[in-house]
Amino acid sequence: MAKVTIDGIEVEVPDGTSILNAARQIGGDVVPPAMCYYSSLKESGGKCRVCLVKVTQGSAKDPRPMPKLVASCRTNVMDGMVVQNITSPEVLEARKGVVEFLLLNHPLDCPICDQAGECDLQNLAYEHGAAKTRYEEDRRTFEKIDIGDKIKLHMTRCILCYRCTFVADQLTDNRVHGVLNRGDHSEISTHIEKAIDNDFSGNMIDVCPVGALTDKTFRFKSRVWFTKPMDAHRDCPKCSGKVVLWMKGEEVLRVSARKDQYNEVKEFICNECRYDHKDVKDWTVEGPRHIERSSVISQNHYEKIDLLKLKKEVERQLEFQKGKPLPEHNHSLNA
Amino acid sequence: MGKKLLLQNEHIPGINTFDVYRKNGGYASVEKALKTMTPDEVTEEVKKSGLRGRGGAGFPAGMKWSFLDRKSEKPRYLVCNADESEPGTFKDRYLMEKIPHLLIEGMITSSYALGANTSYIYVRGEYMYVIRILEKAIEEAYAAGFLGNNILGTNYSLNLYVQPGGGAYICGEETALLESLEGKRGNPRLKPPFPAIAGLYASPTVVNNVETIAAVVPIVNMTGDEYAKIGIGKSTGTKLISASGHINKPGVYEIELGLPVEEFIYSEEYCGGIWKGRKMKAVVAGGSSVPILPTELILKNIKGEARLMSYESLSDGGFVSGTMLGSGGFIVLDETACIVHHLHTFARFYHHESCGQCSPCREGTGWMEKVIHRIEHGHGHMSDIDLLVDVAKKIEGNTICPLGDAAAWPVASAIRHFREEFEYHVKYPEKIKNPKHFEIEPFVSEKNLVTA
Ligand SMILES: Cc1cc2nc3c(=O)[nH]c(=O)nc-3n(C[C@H](O)[C@H](O)[C@H](O)COP(=O)(O)O)c2cc1C
Ligand code: SF4
Ligand code: SF4
Ligand code: FES
Repeated sequence: MAKVTIDGIEVEVPDGTSILNAARQIGGDVVPPAMCYYSSLKESGGKCRVCLVKVTQGSAKDPRPMPKLVASCRTNVMDGMVVQNITSPEVLEARKGVVEFLLLNHPLDCPICDQAGECDLQNLAYEHGAAKTRYEEDRRTFEKIDIGDKIKLHMTRCILCYRCTFVADQLTDNRVHGVLNRGDHSEISTHIEKAIDNDFSGNMIDVCPVGALTDKTFRFKSRVWFTKPMDAHRDCPKCSGKVVLWMKGEEVLRVSARKDQYNEVKEFICNECRYDHKDVKDWTVEGPRHIERSSVISQNHYEKIDLLKLKKEVERQLEFQKGKPLPEHNHSLNA
Repeated sequence: MGKKLLLQNEHIPGINTFDVYRKNGGYASVEKALKTMTPDEVTEEVKKSGLRGRGGAGFPAGMKWSFLDRKSEKPRYLVCNADESEPGTFKDRYLMEKIPHLLIEGMITSSYALGANTSYIYVRGEYMYVIRILEKAIEEAYAAGFLGNNILGTNYSLNLYVQPGGGAYICGEETALLESLEGKRGNPRLKPPFPAIAGLYASPTVVNNVETIAAVVPIVNMTGDEYAKIGIGKSTGTKLISASGHINKPGVYEIELGLPVEEFIYSEEYCGGIWKGRKMKAVVAGGSSVPILPTELILKNIKGEARLMSYESLSDGGFVSGTMLGSGGFIVLDETACIVHHLHTFARFYHHESCGQCSPCREGTGWMEKVIHRIEHGHGHMSDIDLLVDVAKKIEGNTICPLGDAAAWPVASAIRHFREEFEYHVKYPEKIKNPKHFEIEPFVSEKNLVTA
């Protein structure tokens, strides 16, 4: 066991725990945001740099501070370590920079993006971003492509967190897609636009923190905050069968895996559950899903829609995008 | 004449062949090490020599070797980093092309010290002709019994392979190199674990630069203590410098560390002074990644003492008034050079070469390039200059590998020392339309008065 202090709060965690996971044990504001780390995907993390924290004391044995900010998702705690997250101006400044970098080439086409309302980047930007961009240059754009008949890849929105490539590596039996090219020309792709076709490929939609990978069977059906998420399950020979049904009236618009408070899926689901059972009769409905994170969805449903709050949220979005023209081919809504 | 330990025989005709190399004392270090020394004794000599990594970071080679996990059950590897892609650096190519057997001899002696039975030389893809030279030399060494099983009748065996890279700067970063060598996309790994614990195929691995490995040959031959007497302070031995730019005699020079910078630039033995009778404006002393310095700061440090070609002297003053020896890519700019244009070349390079794994480097390098491009072409605003400084600051230190820093430092230092030139570009968009603007009218600011 190791004792670690994060923003002045002490917690004891097993050896080998990352700083991020130790902070999650404490919970609340001291938890660094994470855009690329995904607890159920091995080797994820370290890339987006939004979880950077300052280690002011390495360990009880070696109290020297670490010379640079470290990625909390991939740095393990040591006994006696002292970490600053939101108590360090340096960390907040660096994080603001990272958020700016992540948004730099992002199209900010939230009004026409299916992920809006459940997008980690949106949430992150509200919490840490600046209201105005300093970027005057043209944004990078890519053509939208279909990877298989169920998934749409909108590379322009991708933040290159690599999560979906880990899904391909770890949940499916062969490596079907990865990253092509380098730098800001990098793109997620399959080999020569080959379809991604295996029982668990749909999970890449759920792990994608932004609207780069979306479910074609749900595209443009509804804004997510107008749907009602319900926990449900069925007997499935391939997966746990535990899902969330996104409903409008009695209609099932979308089926997804269940995400925890950090928007991470712990039990991945198969494509049959995801795509082929859009009839509420196929499911045992457990009840309304509790959406914990600060998303617009949580301000909705269960009881009644708080229209005022919703309106505010939308206004915030619009304010945020002011002066940022949408790239040419984001105007077209045709899928 | 300065002392030479690596290139002393370069003028001998046929030195690139095994026979001539051998007749001139080649492979003596292999004989000495394998027949009279234990592997640990060889490592000890390298430690005593004070040899520092010649790839850029200057980390003590002996110390790196001693970190190698010798308790692991797994095989150990020595990997030679011949990816040489840092703009301004071409010394490894020169050494491999002229005296390929020196590297191979160094690989054998070093592999023996590390207990590696399989070793690799990872060469950048653009050096195809060098790869052929190395392969021919390796073949000769096998034929002469210096590679393969039971070298020189001892029970030490070594197989040596050359692996061409695909042509990416990032594959020179040691962990990206290892990924690439394993046949994967050349993305740098997160550290720890370091290669000494889990490197190639998750086995203990040492990655060293070509010149570092070549220097092991004279160290073993003359002993570490003798080697340490050459050079100055903690900068021991000799160093290959790739000199380029506006000088009379560009080329690769072997210098004894501690040589005054002024002598290196102006003496006939080395660069031979600035070309066309012009004055010097600035120097990038250690490859594109290191801070650029104006003439007055490269010849003398802030205290007015002469700067020397050594790790310590060049970095004297930190990043405020100093730079780094880096890889030894010494680029000299004369008074007609445009710092903004020059910086744009570098910025374009880093933008092109970022692997794109981490957001500050992936997005920041492209952003900086675009802003510098705008300034360079007369479309910049005054606020862009501070914007660049801020973007560079947000990249620096926040990335997975040092490429992010390498992209940020040139920008930060160019603005630190030549801010007026950036302002000039913003103020006089008409004047700078002609790309030779400073050739017509050299830019002389009060602060950067060109001395010498
Ligand atoms: C982006 C980047 C590129 C690099 N390129 C090279 C290179 O081309 N050759 C090299 O020897 N070292 C290069 N390095 C340094 C290596 O990571 C490593 O430190 C070096 O090979 C170690 O050898 P040494 O200790 O003998 O210097 C590079 C580092 C970075 C971050
Ligand atoms: S497509 Fe989504 S999951 Fe995949 S790398 Fe991009 S942002 Fe991450
Ligand atoms: S700093 Fe740049 S090159 Fe290095 S890992 Fe990050 S994106 Fe890749
Ligand atoms: S969550 Fe840690 S670097 Fe992305």
